[in-house]
Amino acid sequence: MIQLLAFYLFALVVIASGAMTILSRNPVHSVLWLILAFFNAAGLMVLAGAEFIAMLLVIVYVGAVAVLFLFVVMMLNIDFTELRAGFARYAAVGVALAVALVAEIIVAVGAWKAGGLSLGRRAAPIDAAVPNIEAIGHLLYTRYLFVFEGAGLVLLVAMIGAIVLTYRKRSDVRPQNVSRQINRRSKDATRNMNPPVGQGVEL
Amino acid sequence: MISLTHYLVVSAILFTLGVLGIFMNRKNLIVILMAIELILLAVNLNLVAFSNALGDLVGQVFAMFVLTVAAGEAAIGLAILVIYFRSRGTISVDDVNRMKG
Repeated sequence: MIQLLAFYLFALVVIASGAMTILSRNPVHSVLWLILAFFNAAGLMVLAGAEFIAMLLVIVYVGAVAVLFLFVVMMLNIDFTELRAGFARYAAVGVALAVALVAEIIVAVGAWKAGGLSLGRRAAPIDAAVPNIEAIGHLLYTRYLFVFEGAGLVLLVAMIGAIVLTYRKRSDVRPQNVSRQINRRSKDATRNMNPPVGQGVEL
Repeated sequence: MISLTHYLVVSAILFTLGVLGIFMNRKNLIVILMAIELILLAVNLNLVAFSNALGDLVGQVFAMFVLTVAAGEAAIGLAILVIYFRSRGTISVDDVNRMKG
């Protein structure tokens, strides 16, 4: 009973905040609603017994992706009122398409109910005695090791790609020249003088 | 008790909201990227719900890989957005009409 109540709470909040994400006038508010949606989706996943994915959602999405969105929205000086110009014009087409999509999904779910669904052989059966995180870790580091490494490679390529794309050489600032700093020796910069009394040094 | 259908309905609504977001914010690239994140979230919810209903852990492993790709996609997408804004001074999708850096 308490589970069902929690499910409806999370489901309602995730749907409401998803709607607010796409309807907000201010993109900063959109990002904040998106964060709320991710939190509540994580709650739904905990209810489904997937603690690891739920924690991953909070850490990766809320901690990294949503904050990345927030940084970009705040960093760029974008005129957002101009971008909302066609909102009402596209809304009709969008709602029509969304209704068509919902109808298709309902038809698909109805067709599925007629059949029924079961697995003949499970690839990795869920054992109630083993904690979720332990079971997923065991699976990831044995059977799916190479796929896991591939995922790491995808993240590496994404990181390098993002750095390469956004890097730019600026001509209006004087950045640190590391090789010149390292090559500089003390004898180039200083010298010992022994001037006669009363004459001083010419610098 | 919570059934599989409950989860399917929630993720279907979330998916539709994401598609709707792409259509309604035709000009604003940032909100389009956020709508794509919503769509991927709905897909992940589906994978986890089916993993739970069928008693098979592979769905959760796959959801993790979807999450990885979504994070990479967001990073690259926002990087492209930043350089696009730098060169054009706008992020309107309608202005993306030349394949130059």
